[in-house]
Amino acid sequence: MPYIPHSDRDRGTMLAAIGIRSIEELFEDVPEHVRFPELNLPTALSEIDVRWELETLAGANLTTAECPCFLGAGAYHHFVPSVVDAVLSRGEFYTAYTPYQPEISQGTLQAIFEYQTMICALTGMEVSNASHYDGATATAEAVITAINVHRLKRRKVALSPFVHPEYRAVVRTYTQGMGLTIAGDEGGGAAELTGLLDEETACLIVQYPDFLGRIEDLGALAAAAHAAGALLVVVADPIALGLLKPPGEFGADIVVGEGQGLGAGLNFGGPYLGFFAARQKYARKIAGRIVGQTVDAAGERGFVLTLSTREQHIRRERATSNICSNQGLVLLAAAVYMAALGKCGMRQVAELCYHKSHYAQRRIGEIDGFTVVDDEPFFKEFMVHCPRPVEEINRYLLEEWDIVGGYDLGRDYPHLQDHMLLCVTEMNSREEIDALVEALEEVTS
Amino acid sequence: MTRPLIFEISRPGRCAASLPALDVPPADLPEELVRRDVSLPEVGELDLIRHYTRLSQLNHGVDVGFYPLGSCTMKYNPKINEQMARLPGFARLHPYQDEETVQGALFLMYHLQEFLAEIGGFAAVSLQPAAGAHGELTGVLMMRAYHLARGDERRDVILVPDSAHGTNPATTTMSGLRVIEIPSDARGNVDLAALEAACREHGDCLVGMMLTNPNTLGLFDEHVEEITALVHEHGGLMYGDGANMNALLGIARPGDLGFDVLHYNLHMTFSTPHGGGGPGSGPVGASERLADFLPAPIVDVDPERSSDEGEFYTFVDPPKSIGRVKAFYGHFGVLVRAYVYTRMLGAGGLRRVAEHAVLNANYLKERLKATYPLPYDRTCMHEFVLAGPPEDVQEAGVHTMDVAKRLMDYGFHPPTVYFPLIVPEALMIEPTETESLEVLDGFVEALLRIAEEARADPDLLHTAPHDAPLQRLDEVHAAKNLILRWEPE
Repeated sequence: MPYIPHSDRDRGTMLAAIGIRSIEELFEDVPEHVRFPELNLPTALSEIDVRWELETLAGANLTTAECPCFLGAGAYHHFVPSVVDAVLSRGEFYTAYTPYQPEISQGTLQAIFEYQTMICALTGMEVSNASHYDGATATAEAVITAINVHRLKRRKVALSPFVHPEYRAVVRTYTQGMGLTIAGDEGGGAAELTGLLDEETACLIVQYPDFLGRIEDLGALAAAAHAAGALLVVVADPIALGLLKPPGEFGADIVVGEGQGLGAGLNFGGPYLGFFAARQKYARKIAGRIVGQTVDAAGERGFVLTLSTREQHIRRERATSNICSNQGLVLLAAAVYMAALGKCGMRQVAELCYHKSHYAQRRIGEIDGFTVVDDEPFFKEFMVHCPRPVEEINRYLLEEWDIVGGYDLGRDYPHLQDHMLLCVTEMNSREEIDALVEALEEVTS
Repeated sequence: MTRPLIFEISRPGRCAASLPALDVPPADLPEELVRRDVSLPEVGELDLIRHYTRLSQLNHGVDVGFYPLGSCTMKYNPKINEQMARLPGFARLHPYQDEETVQGALFLMYHLQEFLAEIGGFAAVSLQPAAGAHGELTGVLMMRAYHLARGDERRDVILVPDSAHGTNPATTTMSGLRVIEIPSDARGNVDLAALEAACREHGDCLVGMMLTNPNTLGLFDEHVEEITALVHEHGGLMYGDGANMNALLGIARPGDLGFDVLHYNLHMTFSTPHGGGGPGSGPVGASERLADFLPAPIVDVDPERSSDEGEFYTFVDPPKSIGRVKAFYGHFGVLVRAYVYTRMLGAGGLRRVAEHAVLNANYLKERLKATYPLPYDRTCMHEFVLAGPPEDVQEAGVHTMDVAKRLMDYGFHPPTVYFPLIVPEALMIEPTETESLEVLDGFVEALLRIAEEARADPDLLHTAPHDAPLQRLDEVHAAKNLILRWEPE
């Protein structure tokens, strides 16, 4: 029997110790008319057969391992060094629970402490928690933190239309019972957004680089938010922060984002990593687990979960959030990734993304019928106005060239019909980019 | 043994990754955009691997030893699951690829939805929630939305038993609702009289009730059908906290017991690893009347694109959906593992899981109850709660925390301690089905010896652990002298 070690003899010994004759007797508290339902599930498979089935299913998908991919929009095809999976595959890490017993969980705890330190370094902030489910839920939790910082007295959120559309949807779902006003994301951009800031506004949320890949001036936004007494929340791409000025330098109060690019792989959308960093003064207001340094009885340095009086298992209905499980193992991947690439590697990956995407943008802008916006700084994603519907172009790229094309911005922005968002990372070689250019040239010819 | 931080072994100029050279002409990079420096560590690849290998050796995990952490279902994590989740055909899919190119992934998700619906007795399932608490938020928002959709706008109360996980009341607050706590009775069930009184008092504003069954005492509520009927009678809905589903696989379906919505913990019941705190996965099952409120999107068959050659799977938004609860579709990598587990066990295997989880728990309970006080002496389900060490030992100043720390010296992870809150000095023990009789006997022997040690030499327990990587850690010191990141001296 898979995973159950009991022999008949063991069962006999145990039933005798309990003083019953059959296992069924253990379930007499369950109402008889619903007890032991016949579950209609497919027949059990052996490991050989399950492997065959799963390999067949996996084989039915077209993957980024097989063809060039220029799709980004919140999930990125970045390089994952082999050391990441080597560390993640250690049973001592992946079969452990939340480190509630610190004396035998120092591996997890120290890794989280190091992760917190690296996230702070990357974002330019002072405290980091031990993660949220993804960039979207981290953004929603940042809204709740901002509301709590203002002791529920400010109930308006100014949300940039160029924060990831799914993050904006999640912010709305999370806060639907809280009586908040969420404004700004139906409009056009920065100017309109800052116009919304008033004494009712708890926070201003912007993305850096934004959903269209553009690098906005956070300094002006921080000043506007702070002038209204609101917090500036920045949703950042951690890969971009290897190169770009960190939000902390501009005066951001909370920096969150999707950490998937830091060693997590694409995995069809999850599990990913919501990182969350803030100013020191908000340490007691933020949600989720936090690891702190302490000493043991012999005075040796060690690490523990701390400030847990914020959390649901202590504070119950007055907790800062209901979060319990987080993204522990994905956080570990991010820590290993950042340590492996380090100071130079993070910069190098970011520069590769920057230069390769600019090369691609310039080449595509030269094709008749395609136009690009070339007077705004961008990082690894850029918008292209196409001569035909994006869906048609993507179909052509896939069928004729085995290329996974870009994201159709018309899905989310009615004024951006026929606009494609392309993403170029260190994974895209010059040959791939040139092939994309050649394929797009064919589209118009 | 020294345990340097990664920053302390960092030396300028080292790097553990090799990246390609730039193969395109460089673009103009405006200086005002660029940061000065990023203070990340600089280590070589071997040093990096040794660092994390050493760290891993400071951890206890299911692969290392027994982990009877109540309410957490620390069962074995099958290795085939890990291999299958890493197949490039799953691991290297972009979530926004054309549906035509990811039919294998959508097939898997659709059928996992179906399996979970069948196991729980529900009409539909969403795989999107990322963890148990996230599933709770999803389910409670669905209950709230259900009442609002009927134009019933007064309802803002959720009933929560005093034995509930902290996530239940925290979720209620996050959903903008009020918590009314319901006491437990002398047998560890929900106190029916108190529940009736609360229903009468708050009936007009009752959203519903959150109930964990079996509850956190490890007891199957003897009145569960009366409870669900009572809440329904007052217009409320029943939320099931599925943290303890490991006791119910093939034993009873929450949907059949009257629950309207429930979250599953794939990282508990369905054998996916806890990962040192996550990622979990908390799919939500819904009855017929709540199915339309599930978070978007879920996977369905597209009849127009299906043919004799096969079904075509597509993402759809339920008509009255509460919206999305996360980006993309859920923790797909975790879903692959849970799918593999369910396929390998089938209906019979799942029932044997629950049976042996309950057998193991009752065996431990029977062997320990003569020494450690058992506040509710009934047949338990997959776990049970002891009221700390023997009374005379407690009087001598030895507490549950001391027993827990001493267990580490015997090579065991301690049980959950001081929870549920309604049992003083609680020791909550959940062995799971994957542990053998010898392991259980070894654990019993250790606890019996610790009770003797507590009488002979209480200090031995007060100063435990003695054989762990570190001695007892000062949590108060950590909270008072906040050091939340490393800074160079």
